[in-house]
Amino acid sequence: MRERHETLRQGSDSFFATRIDRVVNWGRKYSFFNYPFVTACCGMEFMSVAGPRYDIDRFGAALPRFSPRQADLLMVVGTISHRQAPILKKVYDQIAEPKWVVAFGACTCSGGPYNNYATVQGIDTLIPVDLFIPGCPPRPEAVLDGLIKLQAKVQGAPGWNVPRHRETDELSLPVIQKPLA
Amino acid sequence: MTERLLEQVTACLAERVLDRHTRLGDVTVVVEADRIAEVLTLLRDDPGLRFNLLVDLTAVDYLKRKPRFEVVYHLASLETAARGRQPSGIRHRLRVKVGVSEDPCELPSCVGVWPAADWMEREVWDLYGVRFLGHPDLRRILLYEQFEGHPLRKDYPKERRQPLMGPRN
Repeated sequence: MRERHETLRQGSDSFFATRIDRVVNWGRKYSFFNYPFVTACCGMEFMSVAGPRYDIDRFGAALPRFSPRQADLLMVVGTISHRQAPILKKVYDQIAEPKWVVAFGACTCSGGPYNNYATVQGIDTLIPVDLFIPGCPPRPEAVLDGLIKLQAKVQGAPGWNVPRHRETDELSLPVIQKPLA
Repeated sequence: MTERLLEQVTACLAERVLDRHTRLGDVTVVVEADRIAEVLTLLRDDPGLRFNLLVDLTAVDYLKRKPRFEVVYHLASLETAARGRQPSGIRHRLRVKVGVSEDPCELPSCVGVWPAADWMEREVWDLYGVRFLGHPDLRRILLYEQFEGHPLRKDYPKERRQPLMGPRN
């Protein structure tokens, strides 16, 4: 046993040993496929951070998927109104596990400057949130910092096949039943 | 110009005008709430006025005044002088105001006069809670069915939360 460890440590053989969850989480953290749920002015900052100057492709998160079924990272970017809330909930439900949610900007974190009848006071009242990036809008550097923190969180996740989000029917989420007029 | 339009409108509406004034080229008349549909029909059909466009229909909440609400109609005439109907020669405009009490907060609908009033009256109902009698489909238009209260009323607290959205977790 000791000999085998010694072989591994020296790297003199063509294999190495680790844990499956570490490998899977390592792969996941460098291949986020984000779904940009862009509703407001923060979207311009999202475009900036996604563009070549700040280049989130360096972190493996460059490719937005415009179907939630192909995405695993929900970026909620911009003010969420009451009328938008059921749509956000539906998009969240359509993303398959494993999934992560980022609240991008002050509005998604807390309602931001809009303490009024029409604005959701933070998307954590609707869906679970993994990471809050405050700012009105956040600097691209703040978004990159958040992305790195999210990667650390993904790497440190316990297990690799444990559903991280609660089942959606356990969440007491408001759903506006009536369709639009 | 505005004086002439004001005279025409006054002649058309006669005793139905409660108050009137002109300011900065705008003509405003105040009329009674229960005669509003009749007044608007007269303004639309009068051969010298022909207000065939309802530009806007909105409301104001004065809270401490009685009557508390004021519904405001902005009318315009798209008839041109070339068609020989409009005496003033330009497309004239008129503002009609009508006071609405807090209880009952009701006003006859003018959807029958201009179909364009349909969604505008729904918006006023949605945000101010003025009920338009005779409206064919008076539902909320911007907010949703389960919303409680009418948020543009001055006594609607801005911190008030709705049952479906709830407080923060």
